[in-house]
Amino acid sequence: MNDATRTKYRRMVSTVMLSATGVCAVGIVGVLLFILGYLVINGARSLNVAFFTELPRPAGETGGGMANAVVGSAKILGIATVLGVPLGFLGGVYLAEYGNRTFAFVVRYTVDLLNGVPSIVVAIFAYTLVVMRVKHFSLLAGGMALGLMMIPIAVRSTEEFLRAVPNGLREGALALGTPKWRMLATVVIPAARDGIITGIMLNLARVAGETAPLLFTSFGNVFWNRSIQQPSAALPEMVYRYALSPYEAFHAQAWAAGFVLLMLILLINTSARLILMRARSGGGR
Amino acid sequence: MSSVPVASSKGEARVPRAVPTGARAFAQRLISGDEVARVIVTVAAAVILLLTAMLVFELWKNSHLARDKFGWAFLVTKVWDPNAEQFGALPFIYGTVVTSTLALVIAVPVGVGAAVFLAELAPPKISDALTFLIELLAAVPSVIYGLLGMFVLIPFIKHYVHPALKAAFGWTPLFSGPFYGVSLLSAGIVLSIMILPFIVSVSRQVLLAVPGDQREGALALGATKWESTWKVVVPFARRGIVGSIFLALARSLGETMAVTMVVGNQPQIHASLFSPGYSIASVIANEFTEATTDLYVHALIELGLVLFALTIVINGVARLLVLSSSKYSANPA
Repeated sequence: MNDATRTKYRRMVSTVMLSATGVCAVGIVGVLLFILGYLVINGARSLNVAFFTELPRPAGETGGGMANAVVGSAKILGIATVLGVPLGFLGGVYLAEYGNRTFAFVVRYTVDLLNGVPSIVVAIFAYTLVVMRVKHFSLLAGGMALGLMMIPIAVRSTEEFLRAVPNGLREGALALGTPKWRMLATVVIPAARDGIITGIMLNLARVAGETAPLLFTSFGNVFWNRSIQQPSAALPEMVYRYALSPYEAFHAQAWAAGFVLLMLILLINTSARLILMRARSGGGR
Repeated sequence: MSSVPVASSKGEARVPRAVPTGARAFAQRLISGDEVARVIVTVAAAVILLLTAMLVFELWKNSHLARDKFGWAFLVTKVWDPNAEQFGALPFIYGTVVTSTLALVIAVPVGVGAAVFLAELAPPKISDALTFLIELLAAVPSVIYGLLGMFVLIPFIKHYVHPALKAAFGWTPLFSGPFYGVSLLSAGIVLSIMILPFIVSVSRQVLLAVPGDQREGALALGATKWESTWKVVVPFARRGIVGSIFLALARSLGETMAVTMVVGNQPQIHASLFSPGYSIASVIANEFTEATTDLYVHALIELGLVLFALTIVINGVARLLVLSSSKYSANPA
């Protein structure tokens, strides 16, 4: 092979391989579009008003909805947010503003570790901690499992956005004789507010679809849940149970529930990320 | 980063401390509320530590029956027979390892390829838009992947992928035997899609962090664009890319719902990818509420402990590799 053909060959390899990488990227986006399209078509077909207003019907009957699961999911996520976010937020403030070397290192390391714990293991923890003690499944246990899963990201996003606040703001406040906690509460945290809120939104979007932690904590319920001490239905858990059932009508309901769940999650996720992107490119804080 | 920036004030020999010490200063901070604030946030941090410690403790405590009875043999025993109270983790470890490996085999070339395209070729705006979309895949819940896996992917594999693989590689034990739909192969493919966004997102960031003069140097020496990318840029970013792969591996090991819905849930060990299997996370999800005896529950919780240990180790390796090569935030979604 002489030099000219060798160069030609190398150029050809370059073009082919670079095109292949493009195919990979476009292919992945194609998979996403397929998933969205498929869920929209199948979900929208099965979706109706009854889905949001009626209870599930027993097998064999058509119609019915998942109103209890929609409300159940909202309650579980509410409890998870109330339990997980404040703790994670305070932990993040500690790491960004107070942490001394060794203890902060240990906390940061532990938070990373907690972030990597598989959701099914979190479920076991919530089960042994709550369900095994009170001897019955409860909405509260499900909320606690998801709350625990929210802690690591709440810590990390709070820390990250507090650190992004310029030191000049802190210096200015301290120079005016403000105590440190007032400096944080009235200057630094408000400056990082948008970031922290979008962090919470992303966090919520992430746990909203979690099914495994609910399987043996909030367990599921075909009726309305009356108290947080009782088992409760949740959307992702309904998708799972209905998909595995042998009935066509249930499969249709599973698609509808999956569609509602995915749209909610993508809505929260994309709006949070768009706000974040705009803040980063525009504000330049 | 010191939070109270008093550092390096001129004319002083000693570096001033961030917070003044001494009894009087302490009393002042107490009155102004600063000590209270410090205690509150420190307690919050300590509670997070405590919760994590409790998680490990609860797993340990509630698996003691199984640990005492089976010892280390638990990890290498093939039999899982709840009726006979015989519990061995090997079929689940096997299924977890096989499905995750298969997922990596598919996702790594595609993911790294896509990352190369996004970091090296695509114009920044297009790259950002595509990355935004690819990261959306990470936001899709596991149960939705399972739903699509059951009703879309499995029929597709049955009609197109299985006959093709059988024709081409049917002579190897990996691709022999009948195909019922639910199988290690289906689980591996679903997992590969689920871990792609992690590989793409982190690898792209690592590639973007490679200094430009590396590329310029290679190009100036007469390398083609591909040669500069493949022989210079990618090796430069190797640690970070391997880190992203470990991160993805940790995800796929702990993945529960999607795998449970397509893997077949049979505690058996077959060489063929067409046969049904089971994974550690799936067996916990499936059998936990059905476990009737204490030993059964303890065996399942011990499986949780095994999974916990596995993911901790893999995540640790990933973090070490990625952090040492570039800055990145903990999750792409």
